Amino acid sequence: MMAQNIILPLSIAILLVPMVSFIINIFFGNKLGKISGLIGTTILGIDLALAIFVAFTKLSTFADLALIQNKVEWFNLGSSKINVGIGIDNIAAIMLIVVTLISFLVHLFSTVYMEGDRRYPKFFAYLGLFTFSMLGIVIANNFLLMYIFWELVGISSYLLIGFWYEKDSASNASKKAFITNRIGDLGFFIGIMILFFTYGSFMFEDVFAGISSGKMPFDNPTLLTIAGMCIFMGAIGKSAQFPLHVWLPDAMEGPTPVSALIHAATMVAAGVYLVAKVFVMFTADALTFIAVIGTITAFISATIAITQNDFKKVLAYSTVSQLGFMIMSLGTGGYTNGFFHLVTHAWFKAALFLASGSVIHAMHHAMHHLHDHHSDPQDINNMGGLRKTMPWTYRSFLFATLALSGVPITSGFLSKDGILAGTLAYANLTGGWRWIIPILGFSAAGMTAFYMFRLTILAFHGKPKTDIAQHTKENKLPIVLPLVILATLSLWFFYSPNPTNASNGWFHQSVVQPATVVPAAYQWDFLMPEQHATTEISGNEHEQHVLPGESSEAKAIETSAAEHVGGHSYANKFQEELHHFHNTAMILSLLIAGFGILLAFMIYQFKIISADKLASILKPLHQFSYNKWYFDELYKATAIGGTLVLAKALSWFDTYIIDGMVNLSSYVTRGFSFFVGLFDNYVIDGIVNLTANVTGYCGNMIRKLQTGSVQAYVAFALLGLLIIIYFFI
Amino acid sequence: MVHYLTVSAILFSLGLFGIMTRKHAVLVLMGIELILNAANINFIAFARFGGMNMDGHIAAIFVIILAAAEAAIALAIILNIYQHFKHVNVDEVNTMKE
Repeated sequence: MMAQNIILPLSIAILLVPMVSFIINIFFGNKLGKISGLIGTTILGIDLALAIFVAFTKLSTFADLALIQNKVEWFNLGSSKINVGIGIDNIAAIMLIVVTLISFLVHLFSTVYMEGDRRYPKFFAYLGLFTFSMLGIVIANNFLLMYIFWELVGISSYLLIGFWYEKDSASNASKKAFITNRIGDLGFFIGIMILFFTYGSFMFEDVFAGISSGKMPFDNPTLLTIAGMCIFMGAIGKSAQFPLHVWLPDAMEGPTPVSALIHAATMVAAGVYLVAKVFVMFTADALTFIAVIGTITAFISATIAITQNDFKKVLAYSTVSQLGFMIMSLGTGGYTNGFFHLVTHAWFKAALFLASGSVIHAMHHAMHHLHDHHSDPQDINNMGGLRKTMPWTYRSFLFATLALSGVPITSGFLSKDGILAGTLAYANLTGGWRWIIPILGFSAAGMTAFYMFRLTILAFHGKPKTDIAQHTKENKLPIVLPLVILATLSLWFFYSPNPTNASNGWFHQSVVQPATVVPAAYQWDFLMPEQHATTEISGNEHEQHVLPGESSEAKAIETSAAEHVGGHSYANKFQEELHHFHNTAMILSLLIAGFGILLAFMIYQFKIISADKLASILKPLHQFSYNKWYFDELYKATAIGGTLVLAKALSWFDTYIIDGMVNLSSYVTRGFSFFVGLFDNYVIDGIVNLTANVTGYCGNMIRKLQTGSVQAYVAFALLGLLIIIYFFI
Repeated sequence: MVHYLTVSAILFSLGLFGIMTRKHAVLVLMGIELILNAANINFIAFARFGGMNMDGHIAAIFVIILAAAEAAIALAIILNIYQHFKHVNVDEVNTMKE
């Protein structure tokens, strides 16, 4: 077990190193001052190096081990032992790099971006805490630890979103994010408890083994579906899925590096990561639920993003939409592509957010220069022409936009294409109303291309719309460098040698869809392992091996089955279907993305079609989208209003019933005390005083003998002597 | 020997009487001296007629020395009482009982 000897201790080190940064900066931050940013960045650099080492070791040397893990007994709960531990599988190894690299670049970015902030060291402390909690989620191999770190992520995001808590909007946004997340976490917790109650363990492996042995919660397979949906609720909250997506756009109130770190790359990825981690336990019904939620999210937020004017809001809704894509992909069975999109999206979305931070930073400086304190530095209508003043930011932003829109040669093209092919395959295999999933998916992809280019054109192209935009300057190296690195990572060759098909790249070879553990009766038949393959696929223990002579198609869906049967053989029917739809999906998505980009150029760049006219023709739709489908208003009327009414009712109950009872009991107590007081005053005190009085009286009597007259004493002494003589003689 | 003892008894009674009746502190002191001297007569009488021999003489001389010391201390006390109360009337020196 060499593997455990090296990898697991290093993983714990990776987990704890950001905590060191947190401790240093939170306790000594004020003394360190400006150095704290440097310290945080250095520490994260070390962490990144460790993570890269661990991930490469895992993916190359120990690739044939599905999961390297260890566990210790934490405590006993009744008769059941609670084990916790950490485990590194391939997706965890990849996530380690994603989290630490983005965190490192965000630290670097923040050293300049947050310059001059009053709580500069605290910012880096919070970033460290956040990275720590996120890494905890990544390396946990049980529900308990994952839930603990899940909540830690929640609290650190609360701290970071509300970092500028002097602003009402920021503190409200942090509360909104936290409370909305709590709703999802409640579901997550219920799901965990159902599983723990049934299988008596928090460990993933124990739960999966229990499910595959056919044991059902309360002998009811519906409850397994419900447990899956409950756990998915955690992802709904954290990954900002419909209907809990409302917190993410508001969370843009936090400093922009935070948006890049939390709301684009890592925290929201936690939900998707969770779904991928426990993917094998979702039943067909639970997967349908997941797919539908993901599709709705992807579509709704894409429509909202089209009309937003705030630079970061557009990106926020695009994030929600892309998260919807990932969830949709997982729900339709496209495990590998869903996780692939999570990773590729993390790079280019972080690039986009950091670029927006760069723009906002430059706008702020320009405003400061012009003594303008009223304009909104984030409004794209105040920008324009930034292409000339900020060339590097523009180039990175443009490239990330291309990736997000799904233009070939980018990583985004590979992953989005895979997802869309997956939805087509899914719809074809299930049929019926489920065709709506690929339809909405494709239209969301088209809208993505449209709104991203709208944003790019409005902000960077054309002539500067205001003086501020004209006076912007390119930022310093620590801001520009992360942008360039992240944008570069969105090139296709980091994942696959073939820019049109990722399936024979290392990523798809490493992240293989695990065989489902749900009994066949409750799972899609197309997700069950093919019969001839089952002999070799036992649990998660895939043997990762590719014969050199095989065609690229066969490698695409590489499992050990390929080795035995040869030629076109797939782990399950879904993979086969996915392969068939690959070219269709590619052409369709290219057409749709191309159409979206073209439309954006026609409207905003060349102004062939007037945007205002279009908006007035489609006024109801425009308003609907501009107001974000009135979700906030709806929640205000229902959830918040309902809560307020309930709170008022409870307050009335408190004031009159509870307080009444309290007051009553206080009156009764007071009455009783009064009598006790009387008894004390007259009986107990009386006895005490009586004793004192008697003693005093006797004392007074006796002291009369003490005349003070010497002669009297002599007389007494004589008398005493006489008495003694009388008795003794 | 009876005569000696009788004288001694009378002397002792006179001393006791003086202590108990006189108000003046010096007179009380003189009463005490009388009692001491009554004891001395007893000692001498026992030395002469009883079996005490030289022991009686020694005791008598010892008492005389003691009386001298006692007189010195007592007079000092009386002097202090006088300075404090401006009189030496023992009946009225009774502030301790308050």
